[in-house]
Amino acid sequence: METIKLTIDKKNIEVEKGTTVLKAAQKAGIDIPSLCYFSLDGMKIENKPGGCRVCVVEVEGRRNLAPACATEVSEGMVIKTNSMRVLNARRTVLELILSDHPFDCLVCAKSGNCELQSLAHRMGVREIPYQGAQSTYRKDTSPSIIRDIDKCIMCRRCEMMCNDVQTVGALSAVNRGFMAVVAPAFEMNLEKSPCTYCGQCVAVCPTGALTEVDHSREVIKALADPTKTVIVQTAPAVRAALGEEFGLKAGTLVTGKMVSALRELGFDYVFDTDFAADLTIMEEGTELLERLTRYLNGDKQVRLPILTSCCPAWVNFFEHNFPELKDVPSTARSPQQMFGSIAKTYFAKKLNIDRKDLVVVSIMPCLAKKYECQRDEFKVDGNPDVDFSLSTRELANLIKLANIDFHALPESEFDLPLGESTGAGVIFGTTGGVIEAAVRTAYELYTQKPLPKITFEELRGLDGIRSATVDFDGLKLNIGIAHGLGNARKLLEEVRDGKSHFHAIEIMACPGGCIGGGGQPLHHGDVDILRARQKAIYLEDANKTIRKSHENPYIIKLYEEFLGQPLSEKAHHLLHTHYFDKSTQIIVE
Amino acid sequence: MAIIKLPECKVNQLKEICKSFNHDSGELINVLHKAQEVFGYLPAEVQEIVAKELNVSVAHVYGVVSFYSFFTMTPKGRFPISICMGTACYVRGAEKVLDEFRRELGVKVGESTPDGRYSLACLRCVGACGLAPVVMVGEKVYGRVAPEDVKGILAEYSNL
Repeated sequence: METIKLTIDKKNIEVEKGTTVLKAAQKAGIDIPSLCYFSLDGMKIENKPGGCRVCVVEVEGRRNLAPACATEVSEGMVIKTNSMRVLNARRTVLELILSDHPFDCLVCAKSGNCELQSLAHRMGVREIPYQGAQSTYRKDTSPSIIRDIDKCIMCRRCEMMCNDVQTVGALSAVNRGFMAVVAPAFEMNLEKSPCTYCGQCVAVCPTGALTEVDHSREVIKALADPTKTVIVQTAPAVRAALGEEFGLKAGTLVTGKMVSALRELGFDYVFDTDFAADLTIMEEGTELLERLTRYLNGDKQVRLPILTSCCPAWVNFFEHNFPELKDVPSTARSPQQMFGSIAKTYFAKKLNIDRKDLVVVSIMPCLAKKYECQRDEFKVDGNPDVDFSLSTRELANLIKLANIDFHALPESEFDLPLGESTGAGVIFGTTGGVIEAAVRTAYELYTQKPLPKITFEELRGLDGIRSATVDFDGLKLNIGIAHGLGNARKLLEEVRDGKSHFHAIEIMACPGGCIGGGGQPLHHGDVDILRARQKAIYLEDANKTIRKSHENPYIIKLYEEFLGQPLSEKAHHLLHTHYFDKSTQIIVE
Repeated sequence: MAIIKLPECKVNQLKEICKSFNHDSGELINVLHKAQEVFGYLPAEVQEIVAKELNVSVAHVYGVVSFYSFFTMTPKGRFPISICMGTACYVRGAEKVLDEFRRELGVKVGESTPDGRYSLACLRCVGACGLAPVVMVGEKVYGRVAPEDVKGILAEYSNL
């Protein structure tokens, strides 16, 4: 490794060649403020257009100031990050950005978590000397995401996420100069674009330009309505991240406190999406084995690999981009929707109430879930299986709103029957988890033998594309895993071109899987937060007594009492779905 | 894809253009130049075809089209009128000439007359600064144009 010696603010440091001034300074404990720059180290995600000039530094011997994020270190460099010249330039840049930014911090959804606001605070900006025109643009509300472009500072992070990482291509910078905005093609609304609602643009937006559609008011209203029974389900990744919103260290598991908080909020039953994840494994695992058996028996019609279908953004992605492959993914609904479907049939019947009087709320790390629960195929006579989907962030706000001291909450258990889950259900929250859960069950169903080892380390990690071969007692099963839609696209293209050697592929749209979802507490580019959340998920799994979905006693009971067998007619009706060709969605008006 | 309202022969021509650039996304601007030559403008349908052929997003293509003033999404008139707004023309009164064209034609910059005869556009420097202010109608260049000349210029085309 070639190294470079340089001086930053009189500190002598040595870093690897190719390091930027920004990263080199970070290593020396010097935090150069930046705004447009964004990275998730080790995940090949980086945005450095060098556009905002907030991170400028003075380099001895160089005439102009250098953007630290886009300037590589060189031997003997002498850098000042806090000289008068630098501070003045930085302030001017910030004041100019602020001169075209609305002053509605008091009512902005991003207030308190806004990078522009923090920067203005840090720089001690007290007035804006520049008066001039402010650019305005219409507000665009989709089922999941709100675009308020007046608050956009053109950092291009969303564009990088949407195009380079996710390869969705819904957003691009359009027009020029003062009129420039980030928008879908022909400045259509997001709803008419190929947007998958993965929410990664929202996850990286430094300001309030991109936010989620907030459904918490509707939930409060339902909770206050005495004629309604309101139940809640919580996705696996929520418990590994919610604590961050209350100042707890990333990776702190808050399952028990979360359950208590939900109960205090007034939910009549606090259930777990993990239960539905176990149910998903029963259906998806059986479907995998069925297709595999047919394939091994020489059936040429069978489509392999089977693709997981839990992730709604991923479903949107292939409906838009690979409609010719729409019979390849599993037909199993996502755990959110399986839960809703079972709640409004099986559970409503147990309570002896009409489905219209049962309100199902989901707490999700995800923004695409908001769109998913509004899909027509998940409604019965106009009544949705899942009424409202809230993000982890929205839940945290609700808890604060209700004056609940999160830290003082006792730990409590989920309600039964839809709150019982296994370790397999928990790991759905991270990349690699769904397929590991499926393998745990499929192995035992196929071989009729107990698993020699419950965990599959070879399926874990944070690399964008991973593969492993699992030995099913002589049958070698090739498994692929992708997270991030750009990585998914690569595997999909192989499938389309008939070059894929996998039997099963797990796909999650967000980098890291649901732990890095668009509805999670903002990580502000700290990849260690994702690692900590992943670790927490696997810890929760390890702490469970039952770790295989097919051993969940309440799942067994559900099949005995209600569904019959996996893939039964009733199961098909309630737990499976079909997909649409959305490639015609680019409508020109 | 949207419902294509474009003549098939022109669509095929467009696909040939993309092919001649090896479907290279780096040639997007060149492809759009040629496409505008074929269609006279770049409607959404054309951009969608280009995006598909070059394997880039439609949003990206629109980003480029909306950035460069040379590209237009509205069809040009039979006689496209361009007024130079370069520095030399501007200081010698190009804006007053433009105002006169706007008044005479009743359209804004970037628009066409309802009969499709004229369209009005601004451009930056045609390299004839000695003749400032300069107006172009199609390929024909008019120099030292004063607002009073506008009626006469338009009269040349009124019976064509």
